Amino acid sequence: MSTLTRRGFLGTMSLASAAVFFAACSGGGDDGPAAPSAGPQVSQADIDAAMAKPTTLTFWTWVPDIQNEVDLFEKKYPAIKVELVNVGQGAPHYQKLRAAIQSGQGAPDVTQMEFQYIPSFTLGDNLLDISGYGAGAIKDQYPEWVWSQVSTGDVVYAVPQDVGPMGLLYRDDLLADAGVEVPTTWEAFVTAAADYRKANPKSYLTNLAPNQPGQIIGYLWQAGARPFAYDGDKTVTVDLASEAGKKVVALWGEMLAAGSLSVDPDFTDSWYQGLANGKYASWPTAAWGPVFLQGTAKKTSGQWRAVPLPQWDEAAPASGNWGGSTDAVLKSSANPIAAAQLALYINTAKESALKLATEQFLFPPSTTILEDPEVADQESPFFGGQKVNATFTEISATVTPDFGWLPFMDFVYTNFNETLGKAIADKGDLTAGLQAWQDAVAGYAKDQGFTLA
Amino acid sequence: MATATVPTPTRSADPPRRRGLTVAKKRQYRAAYLFVLPFFVIFLAMIIVPLAYAGYLSFFRRQLIGGVSFVGFENYAKALTDASFLSSVARMAGFLVVQVPVMLGLSLFFALALDSGMTRLSKIIRLGIFVPYAVPSVVAALMWGYLYGPDFGPFAQVAGLLGLPAPPFLTSTGMFFSIINVVNWEFIGYNMIIIYAALRSIPPELYEAGRVDGASEKRIAWSIKIPHVRPALVLTVIFSVIGTFQLFNEPNLLRTVAPTVIGNAYTPNLYAYSLAFVNQDVNYAAAIAFLLGIVIMALSYAVQLWNQRKENRS
Repeated sequence: MSTLTRRGFLGTMSLASAAVFFAACSGGGDDGPAAPSAGPQVSQADIDAAMAKPTTLTFWTWVPDIQNEVDLFEKKYPAIKVELVNVGQGAPHYQKLRAAIQSGQGAPDVTQMEFQYIPSFTLGDNLLDISGYGAGAIKDQYPEWVWSQVSTGDVVYAVPQDVGPMGLLYRDDLLADAGVEVPTTWEAFVTAAADYRKANPKSYLTNLAPNQPGQIIGYLWQAGARPFAYDGDKTVTVDLASEAGKKVVALWGEMLAAGSLSVDPDFTDSWYQGLANGKYASWPTAAWGPVFLQGTAKKTSGQWRAVPLPQWDEAAPASGNWGGSTDAVLKSSANPIAAAQLALYINTAKESALKLATEQFLFPPSTTILEDPEVADQESPFFGGQKVNATFTEISATVTPDFGWLPFMDFVYTNFNETLGKAIADKGDLTAGLQAWQDAVAGYAKDQGFTLA
Repeated sequence: MATATVPTPTRSADPPRRRGLTVAKKRQYRAAYLFVLPFFVIFLAMIIVPLAYAGYLSFFRRQLIGGVSFVGFENYAKALTDASFLSSVARMAGFLVVQVPVMLGLSLFFALALDSGMTRLSKIIRLGIFVPYAVPSVVAALMWGYLYGPDFGPFAQVAGLLGLPAPPFLTSTGMFFSIINVVNWEFIGYNMIIIYAALRSIPPELYEAGRVDGASEKRIAWSIKIPHVRPALVLTVIFSVIGTFQLFNEPNLLRTVAPTVIGNAYTPNLYAYSLAFVNQDVNYAAAIAFLLGIVIMALSYAVQLWNQRKENRS
């Protein structure tokens, strides 16, 4: 439990996200960063020379026990020393990173970074393009949707570390007692929620957290909405209140109006207890959810199952992603080659990546690792012996690509609580809440000097 | 008030002395300055410089795209018409009116009760009332967040056993009073100690004189004790005014259990924090902080003025 709650994905949920006094945009460039094109190629001879030279790298990460993976790296490259620093996770991590970058000293060589934060650092031109340092060659190991999160064209900004394709975890016993079939479409989910509530008035089919934009954005992603885009220069797209977006919130609004959902904030004590006590019969969550749940609701072991999310169109199964992180190299690094090799080694060398997957339980982004029997055939007693990883591997293949982010997700996430989140908590008009979110984000973008596409 | 029995030094003797300081005197002065120097260094570095810097920042505007530009008082003008900021100040003003009288009334009551010497175990009780102040407000807010829990909090569970709905501690109306409760719990003991200390310094002869005149204990409390602790009460009022407008920890932590009830601008301080660290708008946050400082200064001054008038009248 304790190691799990410290896991990287929690940073995604940390909504009181922060930036620091002088944020991402360094040096007042009126023009913003240049359009991306792949950087210089480094030859194998350069890499060998750099890895043989005594070097000390600083690595900021919040992954527990990552020392084990770093040990493997140091064993392979005895000349390189890695100093691990944990400056906190989520908001404090980015706050300190921005401060270090701004002050021009103390920034790490390699840093952990969640997918949705990458654009806020490319905005300030702070991340090194590692495509020429070997990252260009690993593209084939990843599903398209994962790769598109860390790259723009030929430019690669980070090495994926873990991801969170979304599925549905549910209580087999509770649904069976209530006589409710596991819904495979969202339409069926609405009916199931009402039926379940009728059969078991003490419990809800699921909870819609009013403080969790990550989950809602995952639903939007699945439904085909593309609310955010950033061209890398001055133009952003804010399209939360699209047709697909309205379709998603209308569905949840219908369940709220029918009284078949609870609206408890998630990742609070009360919510943990709700999961353990059967207040919620299911949890639509990401691939990191199963292990997290295992730590939170121990006494319900054996009762849970994992399936794909309910679908909008069963003929074309789709999913979205919630959470996950990467390792990125900062442009300010004095040892870019060694730094890039560290990020690459930890996440792509088989021994190290397998360790991350099986010991730290990070859900691997790489298909090579996912197909490894050690990961794919792992049976989980908590899920009644189900091969949960295999289920989520199948789900991962259905995540639709080309989902983008804005270079100021801190604001987007926090503002959710004031707009759509508030509408959820008040069981009010979700469509109006979505529109309010759209307006606030678009307003902020304009205020910050961006052009809206 | 102290009577003026100290003889005023004659002016004629003074000026020549000053110019011709003896070596010993000089050394003394130097030593004195040396002793207060650390204070001034810290005062300068920790108070004056940050204040000046924040003031400087508040005159600029920095955008993610477009960089920094000088805008003069634009941030201040914006704040004065910013509904979020104004409503947060109004909320705190309401909070002040409701919370402070209750808190100080109870503090005074406890202080008088302890001072009367009629309570057994007064030392333990005094400590008991004071202990919440020693609990860090972060811990206090976490604890109360648990107690207020709508599903598994103890109050909700007791209500559930009695077949009642859970008390609405964390709803948008309930939250105001829930925070008042936490703040009262934390600070009643603190204010009580200040008032109690003032009570202890009242010369006992006054009580004796009162008793000789046939005054009851109640009468003594009303006519002797309370007037004598007025300076202490005024001090606690000023502390409370400042504390109220600076409210941050309690709402910030209760926000995790009621994220949609406590918005970014629930209190002015929370608003400034969100502006700086979420919106990445330090300049506007600095302007908000300065305006908040002005509100606090004005109110503290008003309290003192009101007190002085009262004192002059009596």
